[in-house]
Amino acid sequence: MTNSWTDIGNADVVWIMGGNAAEAHPCGFKWVTEAKHNRGAKLMVVDPRFTRSAAVADHYAPIRPGTDIAFLSGVVNYLLSNDKIHKEYVRHYTNAAYLVKEEYGFSDGLFSGYNEEKRNYDRSSWEYQMGADGYAVRDMTLEDPRCVFQLMKKHFTPYTPEMVSRISGTPQDKFLKVCEWVASTANGERAMTIMYALGWTQHSHGAQNIRTAAMIQLLCGNIGVPGGGVNALRGHSNVQGITDVGTLTAAIPGYLALPIDSEPTLESHLAKRTFKPLQANQTSYWQNYRKFYVSFLKSYFGAKATPENQFGYDWLPKLDVAYDCLRMFETMYQGKTNGLICQGFNPLMAIAHKNKSVAGLSKLKFLVSIDPIETDTARFWENHGEFNDVDPAKIQTEVFMLPVTTFAEEDGSLTNSSRCIMWKERAADPYFESKTDSQILADLFVRIRKLYEKDGGKGVEPLLAIDWSYKDPLEPTPDELLKELNGKALVDLKDAEGKVVRAAGQQLASFGEMRDDGSTDGSMWIYTGVYGPGGNLSQRRDNSDPSGLGVYGNWGFSWPANRRVQYNRASADPEGKPWSERKKYMFWNGQRWSGPDVPDYVPTIPPERATGPFIMNPEGVSRLWVRGMMTDGPFPVHYEPFESPVANPLFPKIKGNPAARVFKGDMEVFGDAKDFPIVATTYRLVEHFHYWTKGVHMNAVMQPEFFVEISEQLAKEKGIKHGGWVKVWSHRGSVKGKAVVTKRIKPVKVDGKTVHYIGCPLNFGFIGEAKKASPINSLTPPVGDANAQTPEYKAFLVDIEPISGPVA
Amino acid sequence: MNIEVSRRHFMKLAGAGAAGSAVAAFGFGAAEAQVAAHVKPFRLVGTKEARTICPYCAVSCGMMVFAAPNKDNNGKLEVTHIEGDSDHPVNRGTLCPKGAAAIDYIRSKTRVQYPMYRKPGTNQFERVSWDFAMDRIAKLVKEDRDANWIEKNKDGVTVNRCTTMAFLAGSSLTNEGGWLTYKVARGLGLLQIENQARI
Repeated sequence: MTNSWTDIGNADVVWIMGGNAAEAHPCGFKWVTEAKHNRGAKLMVVDPRFTRSAAVADHYAPIRPGTDIAFLSGVVNYLLSNDKIHKEYVRHYTNAAYLVKEEYGFSDGLFSGYNEEKRNYDRSSWEYQMGADGYAVRDMTLEDPRCVFQLMKKHFTPYTPEMVSRISGTPQDKFLKVCEWVASTANGERAMTIMYALGWTQHSHGAQNIRTAAMIQLLCGNIGVPGGGVNALRGHSNVQGITDVGTLTAAIPGYLALPIDSEPTLESHLAKRTFKPLQANQTSYWQNYRKFYVSFLKSYFGAKATPENQFGYDWLPKLDVAYDCLRMFETMYQGKTNGLICQGFNPLMAIAHKNKSVAGLSKLKFLVSIDPIETDTARFWENHGEFNDVDPAKIQTEVFMLPVTTFAEEDGSLTNSSRCIMWKERAADPYFESKTDSQILADLFVRIRKLYEKDGGKGVEPLLAIDWSYKDPLEPTPDELLKELNGKALVDLKDAEGKVVRAAGQQLASFGEMRDDGSTDGSMWIYTGVYGPGGNLSQRRDNSDPSGLGVYGNWGFSWPANRRVQYNRASADPEGKPWSERKKYMFWNGQRWSGPDVPDYVPTIPPERATGPFIMNPEGVSRLWVRGMMTDGPFPVHYEPFESPVANPLFPKIKGNPAARVFKGDMEVFGDAKDFPIVATTYRLVEHFHYWTKGVHMNAVMQPEFFVEISEQLAKEKGIKHGGWVKVWSHRGSVKGKAVVTKRIKPVKVDGKTVHYIGCPLNFGFIGEAKKASPINSLTPPVGDANAQTPEYKAFLVDIEPISGPVA
Repeated sequence: MNIEVSRRHFMKLAGAGAAGSAVAAFGFGAAEAQVAAHVKPFRLVGTKEARTICPYCAVSCGMMVFAAPNKDNNGKLEVTHIEGDSDHPVNRGTLCPKGAAAIDYIRSKTRVQYPMYRKPGTNQFERVSWDFAMDRIAKLVKEDRDANWIEKNKDGVTVNRCTTMAFLAGSSLTNEGGWLTYKVARGLGLLQIENQARI
């Protein structure tokens, strides 16, 4: 989230799209209710289904699954063509004024630089025009035909209300009402928050969905202000923290990058990341990348990391290719993976195309499941009839299930989607023989290192270089680990006058103290400050809110630097004055930046220096135009899902996202509308959390079985009765369940044609207390978003027919 | 709390008794003992309270978890009750149908109690010791790492990687557990490391 759960209470308009907070995040949704009740905020919901969020909305608009970009681009077009934008914000706080290279172009749905064979772009033409002074060229009048603002106007022109309706199936009046409500916040007097979740990410164009939403918020001036922002509601309780610590294929903690083969030395890695400012007087905070990187290396390799050995850079593995989840299972399917450790992860349920996943898992030599409860994955080798039809005798995988503690049996910190790091206390003793994750991993690592010390082997040096100087090597404590994440001074740190500002051994108070000469450590710079000289701030439980704006600055610690609303310098105008009294937040008081939050800015830089509020970017401003940073285009484009009921009404020749990766052999598993005329989308139920609570008695009682949600019209057409059984199948597999015939879903008119869609809850499988079902990912296609590789679970093609139910 | 509750119940019951029987004549002593014998103590009596965080979604609601020693299980502290943390600024004491039922997760019928092992080609898990499981996994990891370790790529660049093993990290783990997971998985030279952020 750019903002926070409690900040939603400051919104004047709440827009939920690509999520269903009332059911998937019920206790966070209360802040929508607060905004409605306390300030008369309007809630609008755009969703294929009339969800419980929609049920309490002031306005609901239906949309065909997978067409969000068309809808959102229509909103952009409305704002631009009706001149309903926050002009000063756009001019000064976005890159609207930047001039783009003459070579850039867009035609027939493709940007300049496309390589059809490789399905990717040469992105060099998507860059700014550079001036002789080394800075990017701007036209502050926003009139130059090559400026981002003018290019944008042209790019979004086709997305008229008529076209949006033709593509998305949303009636024009319902679409226009959304536009009007959005426009009502483009003035600095009112704010709109956008709340989204997997309904936006799980598409072959997921990242561009969110990007289009960000563009709308920037046009309205809704970023950096209370009650604004683009807010990812997020999945698991610590998915934010676990993403932060970098357990992702290409990551180093704190959003630094793992080296790749073409970066043989530390300097070659850093040289690509100088983040030279693109305008005068800009902060471009990533210029400190080197300090964060060296501090990480010092933390990771301890005393063994020295300037002479590039702080141990060579010991880090170098990435040959990014192994996102889909590639991971593709690699396994090809028989190139021998071992898999799953820690609180049930990939047989979570990864697309279940039959491919089972085939991949069957090729493993060993599988380890570290999970408090039994998972479908841990029992993938077991025959469960039609739900998992395998022959155990033919599966040669050794499988381990290790008992691990639940949330209540350990202490440590979690980071919620507001980026707030909060401590939890251990409440009970470990269940039976379970141990904590840290105990299990430490034990494993110590055993492996002992084997290498005794017997030798390959890659011994990097393995033994990892610093493991915990008091008890078999049980590193959460306290030790959080301190390690925070970082400390390794020698006395002195300022320019030679005064000691941080004594050797002391914890660092902020990442501003990190250095690139090896005199500081810290595994993850963004968390620095959570455990500084003042102790463990994640344990703070002061729930006072002096400003009344839901800031709660002394509750836990929000990264970075305990900041609750990101980019909050943008809540004031270029002169440092609040845009309006109503939306007063951070402002220049004559000496420094002040207000209820920690300024997202150097607190003493005066407004006349014209330093932009988006301090992480070399431009100092936000990006309506993303240059070459996204694989599939500097602007969003409506591309149909890979499995779509219609040809793309704007660019009929293009199938799916032209820059999305499709593995060899997977293009053949896509189905087409001739054989699979119905659109399907997946979702979760309020009573269940993913594939986890089907093993929890109370939840299995409340929602005991899989079902398929269909419209009355489709039921009539297919002869399906409410409560009767249906079979749903795609080109990859099939599932069976009872039909729930409902008014919550209605067919839509798309390009003159009636399109039916169905909803499938994702929470069921063959292990646990709920009734057995085939995993919903038996149906889904193994293609991901072109940028994030998030699988396309929210829009794919199936067919459906009534069947006779199982004999009781 | 316990005393207060039983006394309130007592007064109610004793009052009813006094109206129609001879209990009053005996004084309250015996009646109090009698009543106390069948009054269920307040359920949080003798419990230890801890403030924790719901394991499910990323609202990360504050929870109060109460645990008591179980006499039948060597006095082990076991969770007896969970409710929302009313001090928490986000959830303000509320829990959803998932969080409110979290106690059933802790004592799920499919909770893994001991290290379990499935031999290749067989149709069951068998209970094994921690030592057996960890020794065996350590050996399997070392064998595979040694067999497939890549120190330099074809251009002679030091790459120190192992691409034949994968680690899927859980997103309900603590930050500290997550960092240790990173250290171990990356430390082995793995590149196939993911969590639920992408799905």
